[in-house]
Amino acid sequence: MATLLEQYEQIVGTDVIDQLRQLAKLLGGKRIIHISSTKAGGGVAEILHRIIPLKHELGIDAVWETITGDADFFQCTKLMHNTLQGNRFDIPDYLLRHYEAVNRENAESLRGLLEEADVVFIHDPQPAAMIESMPARKGKWIWRCHIDVSSPYRPVWKYLRDFVRGYDASVWSLSEFAQRLPHPMYLIPPSIDPLSDKNIDLGPEELGKTYARWGLDPQRPIITQISRFDRFKDPLGVVRAYRLVKEFTPVQLILAGGGATDDPEGEEVFNEVKTSAGDDPDIHILLLPPDDNLTINALQRISDIILQKSTREGFGLTVTEALWKGKPVIGGDTGGIRLQVVNHHTGFLVNTPEGAALRIRYLLKRREKLEEMGQKAREFVRENFLITRHLREYLTLIFAVANETQDRIELL
Amino acid sequence: MAEPFSVRDCALIAIATGQYAYTLSELRDRLEIVPPSSIYYHFWGGLLRPKFDNPEYQNDFAIWVYQGLRDKPLAERIALINPSEYHDLEGLRDELIDILEERIDESELLPWMKANQRFYFVRSQTVVFDTRVRLDTPERLGEHIPHMSLGSVFYHFIDARRRPPWGRDDFTHWVSGFGNGYAELVEQISQVDPYFISLVELRDELTYVFAEHMPGGRA
Repeated sequence: MATLLEQYEQIVGTDVIDQLRQLAKLLGGKRIIHISSTKAGGGVAEILHRIIPLKHELGIDAVWETITGDADFFQCTKLMHNTLQGNRFDIPDYLLRHYEAVNRENAESLRGLLEEADVVFIHDPQPAAMIESMPARKGKWIWRCHIDVSSPYRPVWKYLRDFVRGYDASVWSLSEFAQRLPHPMYLIPPSIDPLSDKNIDLGPEELGKTYARWGLDPQRPIITQISRFDRFKDPLGVVRAYRLVKEFTPVQLILAGGGATDDPEGEEVFNEVKTSAGDDPDIHILLLPPDDNLTINALQRISDIILQKSTREGFGLTVTEALWKGKPVIGGDTGGIRLQVVNHHTGFLVNTPEGAALRIRYLLKRREKLEEMGQKAREFVRENFLITRHLREYLTLIFAVANETQDRIELL
Repeated sequence: MAEPFSVRDCALIAIATGQYAYTLSELRDRLEIVPPSSIYYHFWGGLLRPKFDNPEYQNDFAIWVYQGLRDKPLAERIALINPSEYHDLEGLRDELIDILEERIDESELLPWMKANQRFYFVRSQTVVFDTRVRLDTPERLGEHIPHMSLGSVFYHFIDARRRPPWGRDDFTHWVSGFGNGYAELVEQISQVDPYFISLVELRDELTYVFAEHMPGGRA
């Protein structure tokens, strides 16, 4: 059985893995701790589940711990998450006091580990306040923000900022998200894991079953958008683009996304999309369980073109996933989509359903262009958005934080 | 006998400066105050990010002027700046500001026109480390280049220009220590222009140049 590093080496090449080995060796026994809110579900857990074993294989002393909290605590952090992403409402004072108390309790139970660690990564707002209880901390503390904080609700950000400013550094996914803070704000885009269920290669048999399972015609082109039913993802615009294309060429549309149990607006948008689709048998609206990663993987792979017609987007990891599968992406000209969709190379940036329809028609007509862009898209992700790059930047960051005033740090 | 060539590697990490611009005037003003490492990042950092066969513009400033402000004449002028010609980042900064001011003087409207996206100034820190690989002849160096990481290629061929001897890459500097027999190789390496190609292409081109000059090579 190949080790994880050997498996990644097959995908990214020996030089990339060698570079990780070199950086890891230079860490020389430093203990690195990651703290997050859960080991089950969500992007942060997904990435740490892979990064920690990789660090271990590289010989790094890395530990991942999670905090514990009750329903009120997680209600508070959910509200924090939503308001930092732009929803405008105040969090009741009693919940904030409870948030602080739970952070103090967790700090107490992890004190020995945290005070002695050389580097501590605190992920997202949930454990951010623990730093207040650690005046005797020995190592560097880094706050890693995974969420889109480009237009936060200011009163909530100001509250959180009082904790975050005490860190030695923070890490953000895009420059648009970085808020003003009195320490270095590093930029590390997220990544995808090519060995996860969401991205692993699937055989023809598996893909064949997918057509049958969802009643899709393998002979006609498929265009797909994978995302929550959320107005910012513009699913109605996608249906309109599909109709404009269908006037000229036969095509099928898949709109697939997770359920919306905690999001009343999600249900409303889902119903609007259903109404807009009417009884068109070529529009497939699929409500999938959030962890049905193999299905999402297969749907992306049987598609000719992937859409991500968002009007507002964080980084847009569904775009990265699609590009990795060799699919050109037609995406909204916003947020992290701009970093990934390069006009005429990996796809097209559009502003309207009409723009999307035009590009879909172009790619369906110019098959050789579609293939060429798909190949470029995969190479683009290989070089820039795989987990090995993410890990390299985490390791680089540890040296950078220790020498924050130097532009060039020589470890010779 | 020259010292062996020490192969080094580097990794760049980006840092938000907190400075951004929405208009050409703001871009000019911020350029005066951002650290030199930000000028470096926006001209050269792109090499460690994705590149395509025929990118329209080579540096982040030109790309933003074109995409954000839709000012093609200015984008073309900025794109023409070749950072390899500037050994000093302050000289590069001055040149860029001159070009912006020239354009600002040409138009009453343009300086205040709001772009459809902000330009975020980013700076970088470079972590350099020793791979422990030592090469004692130009032939051995030529054999090793195809196996170098892109970070090593960047460090020895691009970043080297910011270190003494200023403006020169490490390969030409080291190979020139082997005397006149390698003069042609030195000349060929120094003619490789790194600005319009990706690091993968740069590594391929250097591999080719070395192979041509080796015994049994293609030359």
